[in-house]
Amino acid sequence: MALSIVHRATGVALYFGTLLLAWWLIAAALGPAAYSYVQAFTGSIIGRLIVFGYTWALMHHMLSGIRHFVWDLGYGFKANEREALTWGALIGGIALTVLIWIIAYAIGGGR
Amino acid sequence: MSASETPKRSMRTPLGRVRNLGAAHSGTSDFWRQRMTGVAMTLLILPVLVVVMMTLGSNQAGAKVILGSLPVAVILLLFIFASAWHMKIGMQVVIEDYVHNEKVKLASVMLNNFFAIAVALASTYAIFKLSSGV
Repeated sequence: MALSIVHRATGVALYFGTLLLAWWLIAAALGPAAYSYVQAFTGSIIGRLIVFGYTWALMHHMLSGIRHFVWDLGYGFKANEREALTWGALIGGIALTVLIWIIAYAIGGGR
Repeated sequence: MSASETPKRSMRTPLGRVRNLGAAHSGTSDFWRQRMTGVAMTLLILPVLVVVMMTLGSNQAGAKVILGSLPVAVILLLFIFASAWHMKIGMQVVIEDYVHNEKVKLASVMLNNFFAIAVALASTYAIFKLSSGV
């Protein structure tokens, strides 16, 4: 498994993804007109896909980062442990992303 | 190494001059801060997700009330501060790994700093504006 490049790629994606977070907050501060643009974007198919991708990048990068933290502390270097940590980050990232979106739709975010 | 090979006259040994300095030529402080901000964001991610979920389905007036409340503002400010710092360090590592032209590298690192600070300040200003109601 060579997932360290995915950790880096998701990090770079999140770097530019912070523009979305900033846009959302600035629009909320500016007023209803600015905020309606954000809602139009997040309500569109492409916008929703981008936010979904952002959610996955965030969850994967977080779990993959925890994996690196375990290594920094000097644990998890055996072959089977490395595999388990890597698969855990990969599967965990997808699972958390799906879970977050199920909750979001369940509380009415899909409108 | 003989004395004639040492570029500058110094009491420090060649090893002593480079010890604890990585590719960034600045030591381990960025390494430590990247871990610290990463841990901070991991601790903050659940409250941040709850805040985002709370605003779903509400219009600007509703979002303003939620985002302007004190606990939410503090959670978001901490998260933005940690993420701006974290991404600044992370992108600098990427630049140092892939950009080998010294001038382009310095310009890229500078742009990276501008971007991180701009995103952080713009978001912070927005939260202050939402909190004060001006």
